Amino acid sequence: MTESVSKESSLIADEGLDKGLARLTSEKIEKTIKTILTNETGARLKTYVSTCVHCGLCSDACHVYLSNRDPACSPVGKIKQTIWEIVKKKGKVDAQFIRRASEIAYTECNLCRRCAMYCPFGIDISYMILIVRRICHKLGVTPHYLQDTAQSHSATLNQMWVKDDEWVDTLQWQEEEAQDEIGDLRIPIDQEGADFFYSVIAPEPKFRAQLIYQAAVIFHSAGVSWTMPATPGWDNSDMCMFSGDNEMMGRLKKAHFETAMRLKVKKIVMGECGHAFRSVYDVGNRWLGFREPPIPIIHSIQFFYELLKEGRIKIAKKYAKTVTLHDPCNTVRGAGLHEMIRMIAHETCEKVIEMHPNREHNYCCNAGGGVINCGPPFKNKRVENNSIKADQLRNVKEQGAETVIAPCHNCHGGLEDIIHTYKLDMDLKFLGDIIYECMEKPEE
Amino acid sequence: MINKQNWDWENGEKEIADIGTWKDKFLGVEEPYPSPDGEKIAAIVKPDEMEFSVCENGTVWEEVYDKVWYLRFGPDNRLTALVSDTAEWTLAVDQAAWAHRFDYVWDTHFSEDGRRIVIAAQKDGRYMGVTDDTPWETDFETMNNFSVSRDGEQTAAAVQIVSFQSGDIFKFQEGTYSVAVNGRAWPNNFVNVWEIAFSPDNQHVAAAIRVNLYDYTIAVDGVPWRQTFNGVWEPQFSSRDSSVTAPVRTGGKWMLAKNGEVLWDRQFVQLWHHQYSPDGATIAAIVAPEFGRWTVAVNGKPWSITFGDLVTDMVFSPDGAKVACVGKEKGQWSIAIDGVRWPGAFDMAWKPVFSHDGNNVAAKVEKNGQYSLVINGKLLQKQFDMIWNPIFSPDGDKLLIRGIKSGETKYYRQVVPLAELF
Ligand code: SF4
Ligand code: SF4
Ligand code: SF4
Repeated sequence: MTESVSKESSLIADEGLDKGLARLTSEKIEKTIKTILTNETGARLKTYVSTCVHCGLCSDACHVYLSNRDPACSPVGKIKQTIWEIVKKKGKVDAQFIRRASEIAYTECNLCRRCAMYCPFGIDISYMILIVRRICHKLGVTPHYLQDTAQSHSATLNQMWVKDDEWVDTLQWQEEEAQDEIGDLRIPIDQEGADFFYSVIAPEPKFRAQLIYQAAVIFHSAGVSWTMPATPGWDNSDMCMFSGDNEMMGRLKKAHFETAMRLKVKKIVMGECGHAFRSVYDVGNRWLGFREPPIPIIHSIQFFYELLKEGRIKIAKKYAKTVTLHDPCNTVRGAGLHEMIRMIAHETCEKVIEMHPNREHNYCCNAGGGVINCGPPFKNKRVENNSIKADQLRNVKEQGAETVIAPCHNCHGGLEDIIHTYKLDMDLKFLGDIIYECMEKPEE
Repeated sequence: MINKQNWDWENGEKEIADIGTWKDKFLGVEEPYPSPDGEKIAAIVKPDEMEFSVCENGTVWEEVYDKVWYLRFGPDNRLTALVSDTAEWTLAVDQAAWAHRFDYVWDTHFSEDGRRIVIAAQKDGRYMGVTDDTPWETDFETMNNFSVSRDGEQTAAAVQIVSFQSGDIFKFQEGTYSVAVNGRAWPNNFVNVWEIAFSPDNQHVAAAIRVNLYDYTIAVDGVPWRQTFNGVWEPQFSSRDSSVTAPVRTGGKWMLAKNGEVLWDRQFVQLWHHQYSPDGATIAAIVAPEFGRWTVAVNGKPWSITFGDLVTDMVFSPDGAKVACVGKEKGQWSIAIDGVRWPGAFDMAWKPVFSHDGNNVAAKVEKNGQYSLVINGKLLQKQFDMIWNPIFSPDGDKLLIRGIKSGETKYYRQVVPLAELF
């Protein structure tokens, strides 16, 4: 399957791309591109385009390239097929070109920024891929599933069409469930003045409600003051950041931060999600004009680390199976939380085996950057494009690792598919799963 | 407006209840809420396993429920809670549950005088507003951004008019949402509908909308402005000429627009939460004049002081002459009025409260887990384990303090002449 991925993949049917394509005219393409290049880009793009010496040193950084050795899949290859052509031709590209560019930008790059570490000039490929996505969004050529998620964000301010009542109802249901285990446990809803607001991504109430339950048990045991809002603004996720709908990203982040301000909390602790962290900690806040998040954001990795370090939660019995760690790009390359993940793993697990490369050099799961959110049409390609991750996992499995800890929702999705497809038979856990399983819990 | 005249404004301290003793009476006690007049304090309690009720000044409600949440006093001191009995939900007001039952209820609102009480409800998967136990005649597939006019007579929400199959992105893009006012939808649909505002006379409704995936504008009584923008935030009506203003974004900058035309001659990195003074003469807004700096702009002119983290809780004095806000710089919260920052930095600060004549201002603040008040820039030395927003007497000479003193579990209401506070 050497050079085939990019060519074959052009045949993948996607309603969003195909119908979007049918609405394009060459005038519209040229005008849209010119507007974006003029109004939304500047010196940074020019410098990147003119500095790149085509050395290809970034190739070996990208899991997509390493998985199939097709130069078209290298970071510079993706740029060459997209933004370079667009800039060179001053927007005079045809509809088929846009379709291919869209597919590359949305489904063959995770914006994981690994390549930026390997480029001698520090060229950030993900920045350029995001410009391509912005163009595709403005042209209405976005993958169907990703677009549906972006539209859910716009209509409900959450990722999964969760209605206002369903949200609170789910919290109350989880509270009731958890009270069977710990009688006086609460999920305090809309409690003004609590120390922190715990924010999650919509797949938690929709599919993984037990994660809210587990978090509640951990917070209750640690005796911290927390709350979850009764209103939209509870979802920290952000597929609009990845679809190129920056304006909607702004609206989502505004709702999130203003919910924290309304609740008078001192910080926002967020669940185990990587891309949402990037959105609230880096991209979305800045789009709104905040240099830093207006209310400090603490990722669960850091929060769990602090709870363990301060002895607020104690481990009753260590997790017996040997574990390995997957470092999520957004919290590790993006924010340097990798040693905290290791401290938690060593405190809670009998044995930890490192994957290689690891920490900020870790390979992405190939789900991130909105790629997994492009849905079933691109699933096979996504899994095939990360055989290198499968090799990495197989390697630690041979050394005895049975469980992969991945403190990121998207990573879970991506790794689950890789483990299944490559028949690796490993368990997948969040840090919260392990802590919940191993901690001392208050007596009933 | 709430009538504060008939509240007890006699100087002195009144112990209302020792909420510490409630813990011995019930299996669980949730956080307490005092009434605006300070005469009552209430909390959701668990009299027994799987049972919820409300304890008010030490007396528990007669009814017990499967679940009680969102305990709130209205401006007229009536106590409301969302309650469920055998999985049927409704609102209870001073112990009396409404007759209508729903599959879920949330988002309790009150008219300014407290006379009207409004909630959002869902039954059989259909959504509606409910005012004083009377549901809208029409229900909808989805509903959010539920809003209530000041007099509580009108309710509105963003509702879904056209059904679409899950994942039908193209149907959605044709426009499937509208605004329903008292259950009656506007004749036209939009791609999205967000913040909804009522006119001061309660007769008109404006909403922030998106007409396709890229163009945003404001619709007033169903009619969109002719101009579209890259973004809009919540609209407001002027009380003077019923014109509508909203923050709008073009060319990467935010401006204030009136009826679609640019109003202020200045552009900002951010501009939101604009407000009219009560007399309609002045407009203030929270703005970022430059990236990462926040302040208040009055009639388009930003204050010279700025905050690096955020500005929130902006409020006009009732006479419209002053503007106050909460600001945060390097993690420290403080209060500012008319461009002057009060001394003192806190771990948290609440929305400033003005006296009716606008001459006095007070705000709740928190430091090291203890609460207190700042009044006209001076910090009260007394500390509290919990305090609620202070309220000025109608003549503005006295302050009603509602709180639980440090190290105590008793809740007091105290009326203090301002002259004796320090
Ligand atoms: S997936 Fe990561 S390494 Fe590959 S091109 Fe994109 S940002 Fe670079
Ligand atoms: S490593 Fe840098 S300079 Fe070399 S090809 Fe990649 S992006 Fe261009
Ligand atoms: S899903 Fe996880 S590994 Fe993959 S890009 Fe996000 S943070 Fe990176």
